[in-house]
Amino acid sequence: MNILDIIGPVMVGPSSSHTAGAVRIGQIAGKLLGEEVKNARIGLHGSFLATGKGHGTDQALIAGLLGLAVDDRRIPESFLLAEERGLEYVFEAVSLRGAHPNSVKLELTGVTGRKLEMVAASIGGGRVRVCEIDGLRADFSAEAPTVVVYNQDRPGVVVRVSLKLGLAGINIATMQVYRDERGGHAVMVIEVDQEVPADCIADLERESGIEKVIYLCMQE
Amino acid sequence: MYRSLEGICRAAGEEKAFWEVIREDDCQERQLSLEESFSQMRAMYQAMKEADAAYDPSLASRSGLAGRDGGRMEAYVNTGDAICGTFMGRVMERAVKMGESNACMKRIVAAPTAGACGVVPAVLLSMQEKYGFSDDRMTEALYVAGGIGGVIASRAFISGAEGGCQAEIGSASSMAAGAAVSLRGGSAGMIAQAAAMAMKNLLGLVCDPVAGLVEVPCVKRNVSGAVVALAAADMALAGIVSRIAPDEVIDAMREVGMVMPACLRETGEGGLAATPGGMCAAGRLRKKGGPDGSAGA
Repeated sequence: MNILDIIGPVMVGPSSSHTAGAVRIGQIAGKLLGEEVKNARIGLHGSFLATGKGHGTDQALIAGLLGLAVDDRRIPESFLLAEERGLEYVFEAVSLRGAHPNSVKLELTGVTGRKLEMVAASIGGGRVRVCEIDGLRADFSAEAPTVVVYNQDRPGVVVRVSLKLGLAGINIATMQVYRDERGGHAVMVIEVDQEVPADCIADLERESGIEKVIYLCMQE
Repeated sequence: MYRSLEGICRAAGEEKAFWEVIREDDCQERQLSLEESFSQMRAMYQAMKEADAAYDPSLASRSGLAGRDGGRMEAYVNTGDAICGTFMGRVMERAVKMGESNACMKRIVAAPTAGACGVVPAVLLSMQEKYGFSDDRMTEALYVAGGIGGVIASRAFISGAEGGCQAEIGSASSMAAGAAVSLRGGSAGMIAQAAAMAMKNLLGLVCDPVAGLVEVPCVKRNVSGAVVALAAADMALAGIVSRIAPDEVIDAMREVGMVMPACLRETGEGGLAATPGGMCAAGRLRKKGGPDGSAGA
């Protein structure tokens, strides 16, 4: 937290958690998908479900998926904007076990058919946590540059990823490793202190055992 | 960020102003030059001004519970016959307008939160109008507000869900009070006293939003926060001192917030939200609101 979290952010109201946080969740999901969103199935949970409409949470999530910033005046008109850009969406009520009261589940399909499933929570003051990606547990804020690596669960993958980052002069701040089952699919979530160059990401993607790498840098 | 108002006053000493201490701390924390930090804070003040000017008296919120009172207040103050006088009238008018703009999904500056976004600009913009301070002076005052808010956030909390409305409107009022004192040339000690007296006067305020929305009573509480801030600033400038040390007042806010029942902390289940009128409004909204499974585009 710094002084611009106290005086700021500049945002479209009415609620930092239910509006600004929801925009951020949409932005992160859109970036994680890595292409324009064609279709979104959005499940609202808890307080997002109960008071989301009055707070514009639904409009805010769509605005975020369209890449709008938290202070974009078009947030209240995001449904119209979605129609113009051909983004189809449906909202539904969901109950996510053990989730934070302000949680949402997004199932996205991109223009070339890429898919992403993400669960995230708005934890107050416009700050958010991503709790699940493609069915695998995760826990990151996207406040720092973040590398998400999808890999096969086998020995040596973690060390090769961290070595590549280290050789590129990138310091790892936090690192989480999750898998669905032994030898199955795994996800690494790595928050770093420096921005990661595109060639470094491409390099990681060529490593054996790695299926996909997504780089998330929310700084504008 | 500083963890005590006393620490800020000590760092200011005889040579430095309160706001300079906060700016230096920001430069250190975010690794910025003095100029970079200042221009970012100045942009926040500009955004407050724009938000004030962009008020639309014809708007109502999606729920219909908030809107159109800013215009009423403006017309009333324009008669020159407000009980509190024209200056205080403008302060109240700006607070209502900003609170309504927030409820109507307009662009605002959270200070410290969206729900309390009217307090600081209502006080600062009205003081600039009255005294003709430059934008640079106003930016310095925003540092003061930010420094006070930072101490409150680190010692206690600034969200209604954690500490009730005292943590939102109380904090905003405390921030605005200190900023107002700094604009009138008060010492760092007087700034801390004003912050403490504003907070004391709002201690215990619960967060009881009707239907869980940032509308009722949030918009009108921005008015009370702004008015209390100016009263506290005047007391501090008169030389009145809080009998309880400023940092201890903030600690008391934390203690009060921690024992506040959950139904009075932004859940929309107690206080005004639980009145027949509040529940009736919530029920009406539930019928027309909630995700209805309607598909877009």
